[in-house]
Amino acid sequence: MSILLDRHGQRLEDHYPELAADQSVPANQAVLVPWARFGEIPENSKAGLLLPNTTDVLALPEAALRLPLLVLEFPSFADGRAYSQASFLLQRRHYPGQLRARGQAVVHDQLNMLRSCGFTQFQLRGDQDIDLCARLLSNQPSASTLRRFPSLP
Amino acid sequence: MYRYDQHDQQLVDARVAEFRDQTRRYLDGSLSADEFRHLRLRNGLYIQRFAPMLRISIPYGLLSSAQMRMLAHIARKYDKGYGHFTTRQNIQFNWPKLEEVPDILADLATVQMHAIQTSGNCIRNITSDPFAGAAADELVDPRPYCELTRQWATFHPEFNWLPRKFKIAFSSSTKDRAATRVHDIGIHIVRNAAGELGYEVYVGGGLGRTPIIGVKIRDFLPEADLLSYCEAILRIYNLLGRRDNMYKARIKILVKEMGLAAFAEKVEAEWTTIKDGPLKLKDGDLERMKAQFSQFELDPTAAEDGSYAQKLSEDPAFAAWTRRNLKDHRVPGYKLVFLSLKARGVAPGDVSAEQMDAIADLADRFAYGELRATHDQNLVFTDVRQQDLYPLWQELGRLGLATPNIGLLTDVICCPGLDFCSLSNASSIAVAEEIFDRFEDLDYQHDIGSIKLNMSGCMNGCGHHSVGHIGILGVDKKGEEWYQITLGGSSGNDASLGDRTGPSVERAHIADAIQTIVETYLKERLNEEEGFLACYRRVGMPPFKAKLYAESQA
Ligand code: SF4
Repeated sequence: MSILLDRHGQRLEDHYPELAADQSVPANQAVLVPWARFGEIPENSKAGLLLPNTTDVLALPEAALRLPLLVLEFPSFADGRAYSQASFLLQRRHYPGQLRARGQAVVHDQLNMLRSCGFTQFQLRGDQDIDLCARLLSNQPSASTLRRFPSLP
Repeated sequence: MYRYDQHDQQLVDARVAEFRDQTRRYLDGSLSADEFRHLRLRNGLYIQRFAPMLRISIPYGLLSSAQMRMLAHIARKYDKGYGHFTTRQNIQFNWPKLEEVPDILADLATVQMHAIQTSGNCIRNITSDPFAGAAADELVDPRPYCELTRQWATFHPEFNWLPRKFKIAFSSSTKDRAATRVHDIGIHIVRNAAGELGYEVYVGGGLGRTPIIGVKIRDFLPEADLLSYCEAILRIYNLLGRRDNMYKARIKILVKEMGLAAFAEKVEAEWTTIKDGPLKLKDGDLERMKAQFSQFELDPTAAEDGSYAQKLSEDPAFAAWTRRNLKDHRVPGYKLVFLSLKARGVAPGDVSAEQMDAIADLADRFAYGELRATHDQNLVFTDVRQQDLYPLWQELGRLGLATPNIGLLTDVICCPGLDFCSLSNASSIAVAEEIFDRFEDLDYQHDIGSIKLNMSGCMNGCGHHSVGHIGILGVDKKGEEWYQITLGGSSGNDASLGDRTGPSVERAHIADAIQTIVETYLKERLNEEEGFLACYRRVGMPPFKAKLYAESQA
């Protein structure tokens, strides 16, 4: 059971079960669809889309930007590509929906950076101390949040 | 000095607390060794061959006397009584205990210092001209620009997990003393034809395994756009830089593989969309930054002093030192003074705690309480009145810091090598010492003139061997130490990479080889005015190669 927190450290319910390989994309139901099957998502879908960190988000079809949830992947602790994908999505593509971080880097020591880059949901890695992470997001100013230059407009 | 405001202090204090917590979690097992490694590296802490090594940040090489005293205190309390100045204008301590590092950081924070981003795959210490603010050939003081960039880069949330380390250097003078062309981003502050300030931007330079000279990506960037342009470059790099092979992960490889035009196109497209956003410098931003640097009044009567000229004529040793270790100041009557950290029997860049304390005292007495670390591992007092030069020289002599060898053969740039570094193939410090002994005779050295000898213990090139006029690189041959020699490198305005002479040379012959190269130069040069680099560029490798290998085969 993976834990989802919002920007203030509040627990969120995960309404997006991952689409099974043998399942077809439902018409009007929240479900998390992998990028490879993006083409199967119907118009006005409630689906969320899972993007690998190698996807060129500047070339992402408009239809993807109308989805309520995009999930960016961190395949390893030190691979920061999705941080810049987030910046592109927010600043160049003006994505208005929820932006979720998931993977190996969604840990206590990176939460503030993720939040500063505009992620709105954090799917904590399984081994994380949930209370500690929630507390960090809810109040503690950390070195990285004290930085003077905001990245986001 | 840049003086912290309350906000700067809070930030550094918060990092100390954070690092203390990370260390605690590592020690109690709740943070894995691998993840702690990434986090501690971002705080300058390496685990080395014999002990941890802590690298402390000295932004653009600028230190106050109070900070120098704190470094002395740290050397004494937590280390074996000395520190090592590096080619990044930083200082390293080689023997701290892991458990004590948070305490060291807390001590550092009391004098507005830290170890933030001195290692790891993030934006490293911003470096610049060690003569900034005092150089005779300077357009504007680059330090406020460096400080702005430092604040932008510090804990930049997006760029803390880059493909590889990222180094930025500034130069604002005719002569590039910051080796900007071998940095990931090199920035020259310039004035355009319309008289406006701005930047010439270079990208994709770097040393290490595949040394590359940076290429110009922009002729003129308006002054207000410094940070947005850097941000655009970093964003493209973070996304597209290679992560499959750490030796191909620097931005230089990306620029080379994509081609400059294609890379620049992506950067410009990104920059155009963000340049008028929050990163655009506003009127007054730079002024405010300048105001946070301490100002001191220079003595307007300094040039009237007659004692300096008199001492010069009376004391030839003093005169010899002034010829080598002083540089011109923008204000008449003042000089920039080099403290040579290249004395006989001392590892290049090493300073003892006693020397640090004494240097701090001298800085207070003669140099407005400030000093600089240079990328060639010496120290500089930037503002000394000519009447104070003689007493200063006497004091420096007593401290072993007045070797008149700045820019000469024994002013070697050298990495810690085999003695400390776990990556080293060969000892660099011991070879530097051997070369010192061989060329110690200063008359002979003066005859050779200005020459840059740079030495690294392995391909990582921390000793900048590939941009030395003569470069020496330690290589491992079946467990033995050998040395690859290169000629003709330069990190100045005419930056170039050295060419290999041929097969590497064994340990026992390295000093002979350097002597052969020097003698060949003395024979080939047109006259005393033709320096080593110019001579090499004119005659090329053949005469050097012929001599070098003829002798080693004999
Ligand atoms: S050049 Fe190699 S041996 Fe020398 S300090 Fe760097 S990594 Fe270590």
